[in-house]
Amino acid sequence: MKDLFAVIMLSGIYGLLSASFFVAMDAVDVAFTEASVGAGISTLLMLAAITMTGRSEHPVRHKPVLALAVVIVTGSLLIYGTLDMPYFGSAEAPVHQHVAPRYINDSMQEVGVPNIVTSVLASYRGFDTFGEVVVIFTAGMGVLALLSVVRHPKGVAGDIEEIDSLNKSMHEEHLILRIVAKMLIPFILLFALYVQFHGDYGPGGGFQAGVIFAAAIILYTMLFGMSTARRVINQSLIQLFAAIGVLVYGSVGVISLLEGKHFLDYSALSADPVAGQHLGILLIELGVGITVASVMVIIFFNFAGRKDDQQNKENNES
Amino acid sequence: MILGLYNYWIVVVLMMVGFYIVIAHGNLIKKIVGLTIFQTSVFIFYISMAKVDGGTAPILAEGIKQYSNPLPHVLILTAIVVGIATTALGLALTVRIKEAYGSIEEEEIQEKDNLDC
Amino acid sequence: MDSLLNISSALFLLIGSFLCISGGVGILRFPDFYTRMHAAGVTDTLATAMILIGLMLQNPDGLVILKLMMILLMTLIISPTASHALASAAVHNNLMPELDKKEDNEKVTSSNP
Repeated sequence: MKDLFAVIMLSGIYGLLSASFFVAMDAVDVAFTEASVGAGISTLLMLAAITMTGRSEHPVRHKPVLALAVVIVTGSLLIYGTLDMPYFGSAEAPVHQHVAPRYINDSMQEVGVPNIVTSVLASYRGFDTFGEVVVIFTAGMGVLALLSVVRHPKGVAGDIEEIDSLNKSMHEEHLILRIVAKMLIPFILLFALYVQFHGDYGPGGGFQAGVIFAAAIILYTMLFGMSTARRVINQSLIQLFAAIGVLVYGSVGVISLLEGKHFLDYSALSADPVAGQHLGILLIELGVGITVASVMVIIFFNFAGRKDDQQNKENNES
Repeated sequence: MILGLYNYWIVVVLMMVGFYIVIAHGNLIKKIVGLTIFQTSVFIFYISMAKVDGGTAPILAEGIKQYSNPLPHVLILTAIVVGIATTALGLALTVRIKEAYGSIEEEEIQEKDNLDC
Repeated sequence: MDSLLNISSALFLLIGSFLCISGGVGILRFPDFYTRMHAAGVTDTLATAMILIGLMLQNPDGLVILKLMMILLMTLIISPTASHALASAAVHNNLMPELDKKEDNEKVTSSNP
Protein backbone atom coordinates (compact mmCIF):
# COMPACT_ATOMS: atom_id res chain seq x y z
CA MET A 1 0.00 0.00 0.00
CA LYS A 2 1.56 3.20 -1.10
CA ASP A 3 -0.95 5.73 0.14
CA LEU A 4 -0.31 6.56 3.79
CA PHE A 5 -3.75 8.15 4.17
CA ALA A 6 -5.39 4.77 3.50
CA VAL A 7 -2.95 3.06 5.88
CA ILE A 8 -3.84 5.45 8.70
CA MET A 9 -7.58 5.07 8.10
CA LEU A 10 -7.21 1.30 8.23
CA SER A 11 -5.30 1.53 11.49
CA GLY A 12 -8.16 3.62 12.89
CA ILE A 13 -10.61 0.90 11.86
CA TYR A 14 -8.32 -1.66 13.50
CA GLY A 15 -8.43 0.33 16.75
CA LEU A 16 -12.23 0.46 16.63
CA LEU A 17 -12.47 -3.29 15.96
CA SER A 18 -10.21 -4.04 18.89
CA ALA A 19 -12.38 -1.78 21.07
CA SER A 20 -15.46 -3.83 20.14
CA PHE A 21 -13.46 -6.97 20.88
CA PHE A 22 -12.71 -5.60 24.33
CA VAL A 23 -16.43 -5.13 24.93
CA ALA A 24 -16.99 -8.78 24.02
CA MET A 25 -14.33 -9.69 26.57
CA ASP A 26 -16.19 -7.78 29.35
CA ALA A 27 -13.51 -5.10 29.54
CA VAL A 28 -15.75 -2.06 29.27
CA ASP A 29 -13.37 0.56 30.72
CA VAL A 30 -10.59 -0.60 28.44
CA ALA A 31 -12.91 -0.60 25.43
CA PHE A 32 -13.97 2.97 26.19
CA THR A 33 -10.37 4.13 26.44
CA GLU A 34 -9.22 2.26 23.34
CA ALA A 35 -12.14 3.57 21.28
CA SER A 36 -11.55 7.18 22.26
CA VAL A 37 -7.75 7.10 22.22
CA GLY A 38 -6.87 4.51 19.61
CA ALA A 39 -9.58 5.22 17.08
CA GLY A 40 -9.89 8.93 17.74
CA ILE A 41 -6.82 10.79 18.91
CA SER A 42 -4.22 8.47 17.43
CA THR A 43 -5.72 8.60 13.93
CA LEU A 44 -6.03 12.38 14.23
CA LEU A 45 -2.40 12.88 15.24
CA MET A 46 -1.15 10.61 12.46
CA LEU A 47 -3.18 12.53 9.89
CA ALA A 48 -1.76 15.78 11.27
CA ALA A 49 1.73 14.31 10.88
CA ILE A 50 1.32 13.22 7.28
CA THR A 51 0.11 16.66 6.24
CA MET A 52 3.67 17.69 7.01
CA THR A 53 5.64 14.64 5.95
CA GLY A 54 4.07 13.65 2.68
CA ARG A 55 1.24 11.40 1.72
CA SER A 56 2.75 8.48 -0.10
CA GLU A 57 5.56 6.08 0.43
CA HIS A 58 8.55 5.65 -1.84
CA PRO A 59 8.65 2.18 -3.38
CA VAL A 60 10.83 -0.41 -1.69
CA ARG A 61 13.72 -1.47 -3.85
CA HIS A 62 14.65 -4.85 -2.39
CA LYS A 63 12.59 -7.79 -1.23
CA PRO A 64 12.60 -8.12 2.57
CA VAL A 65 13.27 -11.84 2.70
CA LEU A 66 15.39 -11.71 5.85
CA ALA A 67 12.64 -9.83 7.70
CA LEU A 68 10.09 -12.44 6.67
CA ALA A 69 12.35 -15.26 7.87
CA VAL A 70 12.92 -13.57 11.25
CA VAL A 71 9.20 -13.01 11.66
CA ILE A 72 8.32 -16.62 10.86
CA VAL A 73 10.92 -17.99 13.27
CA THR A 74 9.80 -15.66 16.07
CA GLY A 75 6.16 -16.48 15.44
CA SER A 76 6.67 -20.21 15.62
CA LEU A 77 8.71 -19.87 18.81
CA LEU A 78 5.91 -17.82 20.37
CA ILE A 79 3.26 -20.34 19.34
CA TYR A 80 5.38 -23.09 20.84
CA GLY A 81 5.53 -21.01 24.02
CA THR A 82 1.76 -20.70 24.26
CA LEU A 83 1.15 -24.44 24.24
CA ASP A 84 1.51 -24.51 28.00
CA MET A 85 -0.86 -21.69 28.79
CA PRO A 86 -4.29 -22.07 30.38
CA TYR A 87 -7.28 -22.38 28.10
CA PHE A 88 -9.29 -19.39 27.04
CA GLY A 89 -11.79 -18.42 29.75
CA SER A 90 -10.91 -21.08 32.27
CA ALA A 91 -11.60 -20.06 35.85
CA GLU A 92 -8.69 -21.97 37.36
CA ALA A 93 -6.01 -20.06 35.50
CA PRO A 94 -3.24 -18.80 37.78
CA VAL A 95 -4.03 -15.19 36.89
CA HIS A 96 -7.39 -15.48 38.67
CA GLN A 97 -6.06 -17.01 41.85
CA HIS A 98 -4.01 -14.82 44.07
CA VAL A 99 -4.63 -11.08 44.09
CA ALA A 100 -7.75 -10.76 41.96
CA PRO A 101 -10.22 -12.56 44.28
CA ARG A 102 -9.10 -10.28 47.10
CA TYR A 103 -9.79 -7.22 44.95
CA ILE A 104 -13.18 -8.52 43.88
CA ASN A 105 -14.28 -9.59 47.35
CA ASP A 106 -12.91 -6.81 49.52
CA SER A 107 -13.26 -3.83 47.24
CA MET A 108 -16.72 -2.91 48.49
CA GLN A 109 -15.76 -2.85 52.17
CA GLU A 110 -12.39 -1.23 51.84
CA VAL A 111 -13.03 1.30 49.10
CA GLY A 112 -16.80 1.39 48.70
CA VAL A 113 -16.89 1.99 44.95
CA PRO A 114 -18.90 -0.33 42.64
CA ASN A 115 -16.54 -0.13 39.68
CA ILE A 116 -13.74 -2.51 40.67
CA VAL A 117 -11.46 -1.31 37.88
CA THR A 118 -11.62 2.25 39.21
CA SER A 119 -10.98 1.14 42.76
CA VAL A 120 -7.96 -0.93 41.70
CA LEU A 121 -6.66 1.83 39.40
CA ALA A 122 -7.07 4.68 41.84
CA SER A 123 -6.67 3.13 45.23
CA TYR A 124 -4.98 -0.27 45.28
CA ARG A 125 -2.58 0.59 42.42
CA GLY A 126 -2.45 4.34 42.85
CA PHE A 127 1.32 4.50 42.36
CA ASP A 128 1.07 3.09 38.83
CA THR A 129 -1.52 5.70 37.92
CA PHE A 130 0.72 8.43 39.31
CA GLY A 131 3.54 7.20 37.09
CA GLU A 132 1.19 7.15 34.14
CA VAL A 133 0.11 10.75 34.67
CA VAL A 134 3.74 11.81 34.81
CA VAL A 135 4.42 9.89 31.57
CA ILE A 136 1.61 11.72 29.79
CA PHE A 137 2.91 15.03 31.12
CA THR A 138 6.42 14.18 29.91
CA ALA A 139 5.12 13.26 26.46
CA GLY A 140 3.35 16.61 26.29
CA MET A 141 6.53 18.42 27.28
CA GLY A 142 8.48 16.40 24.72
CA VAL A 143 6.14 17.38 21.89
CA LEU A 144 6.29 20.96 23.11
CA ALA A 145 10.10 20.88 23.02
CA LEU A 146 10.18 19.33 19.55
CA LEU A 147 7.46 21.16 17.72
CA SER A 148 6.69 24.46 19.36
CA VAL A 149 6.92 27.58 17.27
CA VAL A 150 7.84 31.02 18.51
CA ARG A 151 4.90 33.31 17.88
CA HIS A 152 5.82 36.73 16.52
CA PRO A 153 3.31 39.13 18.01
CA LYS A 154 2.15 41.43 15.28
CA GLY A 155 0.24 43.80 17.50
CA VAL A 156 -3.31 43.39 18.68
CA ALA A 157 -5.05 45.33 15.89
CA GLY A 158 -3.33 43.48 13.05
CA ASP A 159 -4.08 40.12 14.59
CA ILE A 160 -7.78 40.73 15.04
CA GLU A 161 -8.21 42.07 11.49
CA GLU A 162 -6.50 39.05 10.04
CA ILE A 163 -8.59 36.69 12.11
CA ASP A 164 -11.85 38.38 11.13
CA SER A 165 -11.04 38.29 7.43
CA LEU A 166 -10.07 34.65 7.67
CA ASN A 167 -13.27 33.87 9.51
CA LYS A 168 -15.46 35.56 6.92
CA SER A 169 -13.81 33.77 4.03
CA MET A 170 -14.17 30.39 5.68
CA HIS A 171 -17.67 30.99 6.97
CA GLU A 172 -19.53 30.24 3.75
CA GLU A 173 -17.60 27.09 3.03
CA HIS A 174 -18.10 25.41 6.34
CA LEU A 175 -21.44 26.85 7.34
CA ILE A 176 -23.30 23.65 8.17
CA LEU A 177 -20.34 22.16 9.98
CA ARG A 178 -19.86 25.28 12.07
CA ILE A 179 -23.50 25.47 13.11
CA VAL A 180 -23.71 21.80 14.02
CA ALA A 181 -20.43 22.02 15.92
CA LYS A 182 -21.63 25.04 17.88
CA MET A 183 -24.68 23.02 18.90
CA LEU A 184 -22.75 19.91 19.78
CA ILE A 185 -19.64 21.15 21.58
CA PRO A 186 -21.43 22.02 24.86
CA PHE A 187 -22.93 18.53 24.94
CA ILE A 188 -19.59 16.91 24.30
CA LEU A 189 -18.06 18.89 27.17
CA LEU A 190 -21.00 17.94 29.39
CA PHE A 191 -20.52 14.29 28.46
CA ALA A 192 -16.84 14.56 29.36
CA LEU A 193 -17.78 15.86 32.82
CA TYR A 194 -20.33 13.06 33.20
CA VAL A 195 -17.76 10.41 32.32
CA GLN A 196 -15.25 11.98 34.71
CA PHE A 197 -17.45 11.91 37.76
CA HIS A 198 -19.31 8.67 37.05
CA GLY A 199 -16.14 6.65 36.77
CA ASP A 200 -16.97 5.23 40.17
CA TYR A 201 -20.26 3.69 39.15
CA GLY A 202 -19.83 2.68 35.56
CA PRO A 203 -17.15 2.65 32.91
CA GLY A 204 -15.31 5.92 32.77
CA GLY A 205 -12.83 7.84 34.82
CA GLY A 206 -10.15 10.42 34.33
CA PHE A 207 -8.48 9.26 31.11
CA GLN A 208 -11.57 8.85 28.99
CA ALA A 209 -13.00 12.14 30.25
CA GLY A 210 -9.78 13.99 29.49
CA VAL A 211 -9.65 12.62 25.96
CA ILE A 212 -13.30 13.51 25.25
CA PHE A 213 -12.76 17.02 26.58
CA ALA A 214 -9.72 17.45 24.36
CA ALA A 215 -11.70 16.10 21.40
CA ALA A 216 -14.30 18.85 21.84
CA ILE A 217 -11.61 21.53 21.84
CA ILE A 218 -9.90 19.97 18.82
CA LEU A 219 -13.24 19.96 16.94
CA TYR A 220 -13.60 23.67 17.64
CA THR A 221 -10.04 24.33 16.49
CA MET A 222 -10.47 22.37 13.26
CA LEU A 223 -13.61 24.22 12.26
CA PHE A 224 -12.82 27.75 13.35
CA GLY A 225 -9.12 28.02 12.59
CA MET A 226 -6.00 28.04 14.71
CA SER A 227 -5.93 31.79 15.28
CA THR A 228 -9.45 31.91 16.71
CA ALA A 229 -8.72 28.89 18.86
CA ARG A 230 -5.57 30.53 20.20
CA ARG A 231 -7.62 33.53 21.29
CA VAL A 232 -10.13 31.30 23.04
CA ILE A 233 -7.65 28.93 24.66
CA ASN A 234 -4.53 30.61 25.95
CA GLN A 235 -1.45 28.44 25.29
CA SER A 236 0.33 29.19 28.55
CA LEU A 237 -2.85 28.59 30.54
CA ILE A 238 -3.17 25.10 29.08
CA GLN A 239 0.45 24.35 29.89
CA LEU A 240 -0.20 25.52 33.43
CA PHE A 241 -3.21 23.22 33.66
CA ALA A 242 -1.17 20.22 32.58
CA ALA A 243 1.21 20.85 35.44
CA ILE A 244 -1.65 21.51 37.88
CA GLY A 245 -3.14 18.07 37.24
CA VAL A 246 0.09 16.31 38.19
CA LEU A 247 0.43 18.65 41.16
CA VAL A 248 -3.07 17.78 42.45
CA TYR A 249 -2.25 14.08 42.24
CA GLY A 250 1.05 14.49 44.05
CA SER A 251 -0.36 16.75 46.74
CA VAL A 252 -3.04 14.20 47.64
CA GLY A 253 -0.19 11.81 48.34
CA VAL A 254 1.79 14.39 50.27
CA ILE A 255 -1.24 15.27 52.41
CA SER A 256 -1.53 11.62 53.38
CA LEU A 257 2.15 11.69 54.33
CA LEU A 258 1.64 14.80 56.44
CA GLU A 259 -1.23 13.11 58.29
CA GLY A 260 1.12 10.39 59.38
CA LYS A 261 0.18 7.56 56.99
CA HIS A 262 1.75 6.18 53.81
CA PHE A 263 2.03 8.12 50.54
CA LEU A 264 -1.28 8.01 48.68
CA ASP A 265 -3.10 6.28 51.54
CA TYR A 266 -6.52 7.85 51.19
CA SER A 267 -7.88 6.79 54.55
CA ALA A 268 -5.88 9.65 56.04
CA LEU A 269 -8.01 12.24 54.26
CA SER A 270 -11.11 12.02 56.43
CA ALA A 271 -12.32 10.61 59.74
CA ASP A 272 -14.15 7.67 58.12
CA PRO A 273 -11.69 5.62 55.99
CA VAL A 274 -14.23 4.77 53.29
CA ALA A 275 -15.20 8.43 52.91
CA GLY A 276 -11.49 9.22 52.72
CA GLN A 277 -11.16 6.70 49.89
CA HIS A 278 -14.03 8.34 48.01
CA LEU A 279 -12.51 11.78 48.42
CA GLY A 280 -9.07 10.58 47.39
CA ILE A 281 -10.37 8.82 44.27
CA LEU A 282 -12.36 11.92 43.30
CA LEU A 283 -9.35 14.20 43.64
CA ILE A 284 -6.90 12.04 41.76
CA GLU A 285 -9.32 11.31 38.92
CA LEU A 286 -9.77 15.06 38.64
CA GLY A 287 -6.00 15.49 38.45
CA VAL A 288 -5.72 12.80 35.80
CA GLY A 289 -8.56 14.29 33.75
CA ILE A 290 -7.09 17.79 33.81
CA THR A 291 -3.63 16.61 32.80
CA VAL A 292 -4.81 14.31 30.01
CA ALA A 293 -7.10 16.97 28.51
CA SER A 294 -4.42 19.68 28.60
CA VAL A 295 -1.69 17.46 27.19
CA MET A 296 -3.85 16.28 24.29
CA VAL A 297 -4.74 19.89 23.47
CA ILE A 298 -1.06 20.92 23.71
CA ILE A 299 0.00 18.12 21.37
CA PHE A 300 -2.66 18.95 18.79
CA PHE A 301 -1.99 22.68 18.92
CA ASN A 302 1.70 22.07 18.36
CA PHE A 303 1.15 19.78 15.39
CA ALA A 304 -1.31 22.19 13.80
CA GLY A 305 0.74 25.25 14.70
CA ARG A 306 3.82 23.74 13.06
CA LYS A 307 1.89 23.16 9.88
CA ASP A 308 0.57 26.73 9.92
CA ASP A 309 4.10 27.98 10.43
CA GLN A 310 5.41 25.94 7.50
CA GLN A 311 2.66 27.27 5.26
CA ASN A 312 3.35 30.85 6.34
CA LYS A 313 7.05 30.42 5.55
CA GLU A 314 6.21 29.06 2.10
CA ASN A 315 3.82 31.93 1.43
CA ASN A 316 6.41 34.48 2.52
CA GLU A 317 9.14 33.00 0.36
CA SER A 318 7.09 32.56 -2.81
CA MET B 1 -6.36 -28.83 23.20
CA ILE B 2 -5.77 -26.93 20.01
CA LEU B 3 -9.19 -25.30 20.00
CA GLY B 4 -8.82 -24.07 23.55
CA LEU B 5 -5.80 -21.93 22.76
CA TYR B 6 -6.94 -20.15 19.63
CA ASN B 7 -7.00 -16.72 21.23
CA TYR B 8 -3.24 -16.84 21.90
CA TRP B 9 -2.54 -17.81 18.32
CA ILE B 10 -4.58 -14.96 16.93
CA VAL B 11 -2.58 -12.63 19.16
CA VAL B 12 0.72 -14.13 17.95
CA VAL B 13 -0.34 -13.65 14.32
CA LEU B 14 -1.22 -10.00 14.93
CA MET B 15 2.01 -9.47 16.82
CA MET B 16 4.02 -10.91 13.96
CA VAL B 17 2.18 -8.72 11.46
CA GLY B 18 3.08 -5.64 13.50
CA PHE B 19 6.66 -6.84 13.92
CA TYR B 20 7.05 -7.45 10.18
CA ILE B 21 5.77 -3.96 9.40
CA VAL B 22 8.29 -2.40 11.75
CA ILE B 23 11.33 -4.21 10.41
CA ALA B 24 10.51 -4.57 6.74
CA HIS B 25 9.27 -1.14 5.68
CA GLY B 26 11.48 1.87 5.33
CA ASN B 27 8.89 4.61 5.77
CA LEU B 28 8.85 5.99 9.32
CA ILE B 29 5.10 6.57 9.45
CA LYS B 30 4.46 2.97 8.47
CA LYS B 31 6.80 1.86 11.21
CA ILE B 32 4.79 3.82 13.73
CA VAL B 33 1.54 2.28 12.45
CA GLY B 34 3.14 -1.16 12.78
CA LEU B 35 4.14 -0.35 16.33
CA THR B 36 0.52 0.61 17.08
CA ILE B 37 -0.68 -2.73 15.69
CA PHE B 38 1.89 -4.54 17.84
CA GLN B 39 0.79 -2.68 20.96
CA THR B 40 -2.89 -3.39 20.36
CA SER B 41 -2.18 -7.09 19.89
CA VAL B 42 -0.46 -7.18 23.29
CA PHE B 43 -3.54 -5.52 24.80
CA ILE B 44 -5.75 -8.19 23.23
CA PHE B 45 -3.48 -10.83 24.75
CA TYR B 46 -3.90 -9.51 28.28
CA ILE B 47 -7.61 -8.86 28.00
CA SER B 48 -8.31 -12.32 26.59
CA MET B 49 -6.42 -13.77 29.53
CA ALA B 50 -8.66 -11.85 31.93
CA LYS B 51 -11.90 -13.25 30.60
CA VAL B 52 -13.65 -15.87 32.69
CA ASP B 53 -16.30 -18.08 31.10
CA GLY B 54 -19.70 -16.89 32.28
CA GLY B 55 -18.32 -13.77 33.93
CA THR B 56 -19.44 -10.22 33.40
CA ALA B 57 -17.81 -6.80 33.48
CA PRO B 58 -16.14 -6.14 36.81
CA ILE B 59 -18.69 -3.63 38.08
CA LEU B 60 -20.35 -4.75 41.29
CA ALA B 61 -24.07 -5.27 40.86
CA GLU B 62 -26.86 -7.27 42.48
CA GLY B 63 -27.21 -10.91 41.65
CA ILE B 64 -23.99 -11.48 39.72
CA LYS B 65 -21.76 -14.26 40.99
CA GLN B 66 -18.84 -14.40 38.61
CA TYR B 67 -16.80 -11.39 37.56
CA SER B 68 -14.04 -11.16 35.00
CA ASN B 69 -10.63 -10.40 36.40
CA PRO B 70 -10.17 -6.61 36.84
CA LEU B 71 -6.41 -6.61 37.30
CA PRO B 72 -5.33 -6.92 33.64
CA HIS B 73 -7.92 -4.27 32.76
CA VAL B 74 -6.14 -1.78 34.98
CA LEU B 75 -2.74 -2.61 33.51
CA ILE B 76 -4.01 -2.28 29.96
CA LEU B 77 -5.72 1.03 30.73
CA THR B 78 -2.35 2.42 31.74
CA ALA B 79 -0.68 0.77 28.75
CA ILE B 80 -3.10 2.30 26.23
CA VAL B 81 -2.47 5.80 27.49
CA VAL B 82 1.30 5.32 27.59
CA GLY B 83 1.08 3.91 24.06
CA ILE B 84 -0.53 7.00 22.72
CA ALA B 85 2.02 9.17 24.52
CA THR B 86 4.86 7.36 22.76
CA THR B 87 3.01 7.48 19.42
CA ALA B 88 2.60 11.25 19.75
CA LEU B 89 6.30 11.68 20.54
CA GLY B 90 7.26 9.39 17.65
CA LEU B 91 5.16 11.43 15.24
CA ALA B 92 6.68 14.68 16.49
CA LEU B 93 10.16 13.22 15.95
CA THR B 94 9.15 12.13 12.43
CA VAL B 95 8.03 15.65 11.58
CA ARG B 96 11.35 17.06 12.79
CA ILE B 97 13.31 14.40 10.88
CA LYS B 98 11.46 15.38 7.74
CA GLU B 99 12.36 19.00 8.26
CA ALA B 100 16.01 18.22 8.95
CA TYR B 101 16.68 15.54 6.30
CA GLY B 102 13.99 16.24 3.73
CA SER B 103 12.65 12.69 3.66
CA ILE B 104 11.24 10.03 5.95
CA GLU B 105 12.51 6.95 4.16
CA GLU B 106 15.05 5.10 6.23
CA GLU B 107 17.47 4.44 3.36
CA GLU B 108 17.58 8.05 2.22
CA ILE B 109 18.19 9.23 5.78
CA GLN B 110 21.06 6.79 6.20
CA GLU B 111 22.59 7.91 2.90
CA LYS B 112 22.50 11.52 4.01
CA ASP B 113 24.10 10.57 7.30
CA ASN B 114 26.86 8.63 5.54
CA LEU B 115 27.54 11.55 3.23
CA ASP B 116 27.91 13.92 6.15
CA CYS B 117 30.33 11.81 8.20
CA MET C 1 -47.89 -6.79 25.89
CA ASP C 2 -44.58 -8.48 26.48
CA SER C 3 -44.73 -10.52 23.31
CA LEU C 4 -45.78 -7.43 21.35
CA LEU C 5 -42.68 -5.61 22.61
CA ASN C 6 -40.52 -8.60 21.75
CA ILE C 7 -41.90 -8.94 18.24
CA SER C 8 -41.62 -5.23 17.44
CA SER C 9 -38.10 -5.00 18.81
CA ALA C 10 -37.11 -8.06 16.78
CA LEU C 11 -38.64 -6.42 13.69
CA PHE C 12 -36.67 -3.20 14.20
CA LEU C 13 -33.43 -5.08 14.82
CA LEU C 14 -33.93 -7.16 11.68
CA ILE C 15 -34.66 -4.10 9.55
CA GLY C 16 -31.60 -2.40 11.02
CA SER C 17 -29.32 -5.34 10.26
CA PHE C 18 -30.70 -5.66 6.72
CA LEU C 19 -30.01 -1.96 6.11
CA CYS C 20 -26.49 -2.39 7.51
CA ILE C 21 -25.75 -5.29 5.19
CA SER C 22 -27.24 -3.58 2.15
CA GLY C 23 -25.24 -0.44 2.98
CA GLY C 24 -22.09 -2.53 3.12
CA VAL C 25 -22.85 -4.18 -0.22
CA GLY C 26 -23.62 -0.75 -1.65
CA ILE C 27 -20.26 0.65 -0.59
CA LEU C 28 -18.55 -2.13 -2.47
CA ARG C 29 -20.69 -2.19 -5.59
CA PHE C 30 -21.80 1.36 -6.37
CA PRO C 31 -19.89 2.91 -9.27
CA ASP C 32 -19.31 6.43 -8.05
CA PHE C 33 -17.95 8.18 -4.95
CA TYR C 34 -21.15 10.06 -4.21
CA THR C 35 -23.44 7.04 -4.49
CA ARG C 36 -21.06 5.08 -2.25
CA MET C 37 -21.29 7.86 0.28
CA HIS C 38 -25.06 7.64 0.16
CA ALA C 39 -24.79 3.96 1.04
CA ALA C 40 -22.44 4.76 3.92
CA GLY C 41 -24.83 7.46 5.13
CA VAL C 42 -27.73 5.02 5.15
CA THR C 43 -25.67 2.62 7.27
CA ASP C 44 -24.62 5.36 9.65
CA THR C 45 -27.98 6.99 10.18
CA LEU C 46 -30.95 4.82 9.38
CA ALA C 47 -29.56 1.41 10.30
CA THR C 48 -28.18 2.73 13.59
CA ALA C 49 -31.51 4.40 14.37
CA MET C 50 -33.43 1.19 13.70
CA ILE C 51 -31.09 -0.88 15.84
CA LEU C 52 -31.25 1.64 18.67
CA ILE C 53 -35.07 1.71 18.59
CA GLY C 54 -35.09 -2.09 18.63
CA LEU C 55 -32.81 -2.06 21.66
CA MET C 56 -35.03 0.51 23.38
CA LEU C 57 -38.05 -1.75 23.00
CA GLN C 58 -36.02 -4.68 24.27
CA ASN C 59 -35.36 -3.13 27.68
CA PRO C 60 -38.16 -0.78 28.88
CA ASP C 61 -36.23 0.44 31.91
CA GLY C 62 -36.36 4.22 32.34
CA LEU C 63 -32.70 5.16 32.59
CA VAL C 64 -31.63 2.84 29.78
CA ILE C 65 -34.29 4.26 27.43
CA LEU C 66 -33.16 7.80 28.25
CA LYS C 67 -29.53 7.00 27.47
CA LEU C 68 -30.40 5.21 24.23
CA MET C 69 -32.62 8.12 23.19
CA MET C 70 -29.72 10.53 23.72
CA ILE C 71 -27.44 8.34 21.62
CA LEU C 72 -30.14 8.25 18.93
CA LEU C 73 -30.46 12.04 18.93
CA MET C 74 -26.69 12.49 18.71
CA THR C 75 -26.46 10.01 15.84
CA LEU C 76 -29.27 11.71 13.91
CA ILE C 77 -27.47 15.05 14.21
CA ILE C 78 -23.88 13.93 13.72
CA SER C 79 -23.85 11.39 10.92
CA PRO C 80 -25.65 13.46 8.23
CA THR C 81 -23.17 16.22 9.11
CA ALA C 82 -20.32 13.80 8.55
CA SER C 83 -21.72 12.79 5.15
CA HIS C 84 -22.07 16.47 4.26
CA ALA C 85 -18.48 17.14 5.31
CA LEU C 86 -17.21 14.30 3.08
CA ALA C 87 -19.29 15.46 0.12
CA SER C 88 -18.22 19.09 0.40
CA ALA C 89 -14.57 18.08 0.74
CA ALA C 90 -14.91 16.03 -2.44
CA VAL C 91 -16.54 18.89 -4.35
CA HIS C 92 -13.86 21.23 -3.05
CA ASN C 93 -11.22 18.95 -4.54
CA ASN C 94 -12.95 18.80 -7.94
CA LEU C 95 -14.27 15.26 -7.76
CA MET C 96 -17.43 15.57 -9.86
CA PRO C 97 -20.32 13.07 -9.94
CA GLU C 98 -20.40 10.75 -12.90
CA LEU C 99 -23.67 12.02 -14.34
CA ASP C 100 -21.96 15.32 -15.16
CA LYS C 101 -19.77 13.58 -17.72
CA LYS C 102 -22.59 13.29 -20.25
CA GLU C 103 -22.91 17.09 -20.51
CA ASP C 104 -19.38 18.49 -20.24
CA ASN C 105 -17.00 15.98 -21.65
CA GLU C 106 -13.96 18.25 -21.70
CA LYS C 107 -14.00 20.03 -18.38
CA VAL C 108 -14.69 17.55 -15.62
CA THR C 109 -12.20 14.98 -14.39
CA SER C 110 -13.20 11.34 -14.07
CA SER C 111 -14.71 10.29 -10.78
CA ASN C 112 -13.54 6.67 -10.69
CA PRO C 113 -10.46 6.60 -8.47
